[in-house]
Amino acid sequence: MQLTGAEALIKSLEQQGVDTVFGLPGGAILPVYDPLLDSSIRHILVRHEQGAGHMAEGYAMATGRPGVAMVTSGPGATNIVTPIGNAHMDSTPLVVITGQVATGSIGTDAFQECDITGITMGITKHNFLVQSAQEIPRAVAAAFHLATTGRPGPVLIDVPKDVTQSMMDWWYPSTIEEYDLPGYRPEIALDEDAVNRAVALIATSQRPVLYVGGGTLKSNAANELLAFAERTGMPVVTTLMARGAFPDSHGQHLGMPGMHGVYTAVTALQRADLLISLGARFDDRVTGKISAFAAGAKIIHVDIDRAEFNKVRHADVALQSNVGAALRAFDAAGAMPASMDAWWREIRSWQETYPLVYDEPTLEGPLRPQHVIASIAEKAEPGTIVTSGVGQHQMWAAQFWDFEEPRTWINSGGAGTMGFGVPAAIGAKVGRPERTVWCIDGDGCFQMTAQELVTARSEGIPIKVAILNNAYLGMVRQWQEMFYDERYSEVYLSADLPDYVKWAEAMGCVGLRATNLKEMDDVIDEANKINDVPVVIDFRTDSSEKVFPMVASGASNDDIIVHPSQQGRAR
Amino acid sequence: MSPEPFLGTTSHTPVRHHILSVLVENKAGVLARIAGLFARRGFNIYSLAVAPAESHARFSRVTIVVDAESAPLEQIVGQLDKLVNVVAITDLAPVDAVERELLLATIQTNTANRTSLLDTLANAGAAIVDVDPGAVTVMLAGTPASCDQLERALESFSDVELHRTGRVALPRLGEAAPQ
Repeated sequence: MQLTGAEALIKSLEQQGVDTVFGLPGGAILPVYDPLLDSSIRHILVRHEQGAGHMAEGYAMATGRPGVAMVTSGPGATNIVTPIGNAHMDSTPLVVITGQVATGSIGTDAFQECDITGITMGITKHNFLVQSAQEIPRAVAAAFHLATTGRPGPVLIDVPKDVTQSMMDWWYPSTIEEYDLPGYRPEIALDEDAVNRAVALIATSQRPVLYVGGGTLKSNAANELLAFAERTGMPVVTTLMARGAFPDSHGQHLGMPGMHGVYTAVTALQRADLLISLGARFDDRVTGKISAFAAGAKIIHVDIDRAEFNKVRHADVALQSNVGAALRAFDAAGAMPASMDAWWREIRSWQETYPLVYDEPTLEGPLRPQHVIASIAEKAEPGTIVTSGVGQHQMWAAQFWDFEEPRTWINSGGAGTMGFGVPAAIGAKVGRPERTVWCIDGDGCFQMTAQELVTARSEGIPIKVAILNNAYLGMVRQWQEMFYDERYSEVYLSADLPDYVKWAEAMGCVGLRATNLKEMDDVIDEANKINDVPVVIDFRTDSSEKVFPMVASGASNDDIIVHPSQQGRAR
Repeated sequence: MSPEPFLGTTSHTPVRHHILSVLVENKAGVLARIAGLFARRGFNIYSLAVAPAESHARFSRVTIVVDAESAPLEQIVGQLDKLVNVVAITDLAPVDAVERELLLATIQTNTANRTSLLDTLANAGAAIVDVDPGAVTVMLAGTPASCDQLERALESFSDVELHRTGRVALPRLGEAAPQ
């Protein structure tokens, strides 16, 4: 069967089971948009290519299936660089297809030419510049294989216009050998010796902590984690990327560690004699000053990526494995710590002294941002998916929304990409249409990517967006207040400019506003009743609110700053 | 592991160096991927030599001398191994490797320096590969240390243009030296 390269590309995506592509056409990718008309694949037409990338990320994080985005060459390609970098930092499986100028024009500074494979070399797991139509099926199959196996990540396929316009004999690789990836071996046998050494370390531990990272979600190991944690009785912390991997309601869950982590989670890591790191990478936002991090702890480091071992912290036992297989091996070997009675007594006393708290809201407002999040969470149905942008609102959402199941918390962790929330929510809703999707956003973040609400309305994707509008770039404001003598430099945004309600309405959404407690309750109820169009709520929150606890940048986690109402309590 | 015995320091031979013999797919941009990885992770490359590998047109062999002080070797190898086009990495400690390098130098000659130049070349085992009335081009294929020695010896001559290829290496035959 003779096909054009463009037809082969769409047919290859169909072969991979792709149901949705997020994208925006342009000159170099034009040929591919023609056969798309005849395909079963749903295309979501975005308003900016960055939106397509973050939507694909939200889709991938909500479903566990790779997200797919397609854009044109030049600025189309560079506009999607931020989502690619974001997906690279957070190991999100993504396949990004970019149009490229015709092969004969490459290197001539042709119209809308850019070296996107060069630009994304350091922020993709791999990328391809496809040289002939005949190679398209192989490139697509290999891209999906690379994106989804081993440590997942973004893969980019750059397709010149003459390649998509020329003819090929249809074929599709049926075996991994045909992918032509001689250097890629994601499957590794479990190192039995390392398992045994880990089990021996666990047996001598009296103060262990399960340090659960995003790799636990990526490897779909939540069930194994629950079984292992319950059998051994160990305390669990879940990082920002792992929220939802272990139920927040579980008695063994201490919450999120890190710069804005729960006091008990941070301190348990500090005082532990053993950390079992499960798909986590000792990120600086978790460890604080690395030389002072968990100084008395031995480390069992489980990761699918061996380059994570000893990168930041020496591993006493390094076990290259996906999290689920490692936990099953630990269970099979009967791994069990020594008595943890004293450890749990200590942990419980921290929990009593330093719970997560915020100041009581006043009836007349301004609203407490933490209270707004807790109120939305309280009225949300179980299984609601939450996305966020980056900043104070993100930390509060991670702190005050209780996550009970995997893939219900979607945020930008490693890259810290402002504007991630709205498009990620759209992608998540496309992937899980039966779920309610809330985006907890900040006013600064919202302004970066809000145009995608036009996409949401026109494509019938009814997400709910809560803007915690404190009129500031709040996290930067917090740092300037605490560390720059309250010298506020370029952080004021205004609560009224833009008018978020009018803006929402102009984009075809329902726009609501709440300035006091009564209005807050009413608008949340109203938003929950709307299931056909996107809703945007402008919550007027207190600008002076800060995220606590906090570990200052570069400080030791021992020097955690607790909420002002808790300061001075005996530790 | 014991460091290679060597004389003095030059920019060509770091104190703690390792040789990575890296088999890669012979595809466009592979060298850029390797160089880019080293640059963005802050790993230092001392020398780099690339050539088609054995009889396979499909693969190339890249010999990289890395500074094991700039980053732990485990980290360099682990990150390099993640490059999809990297097929295999052999890490050669200097003591376990046979290393060779090629040095070419053009030296301006005159009646005053000719005798001492010829002595220097004879001592180093270097060969003259090109001559004209005012200059000679010489070549030395030898260990990196012998190339270092010749380079230092040539410093006493003015007007020297010198090129080195960077080393290639293969595992030493027989039992590996004790680590």
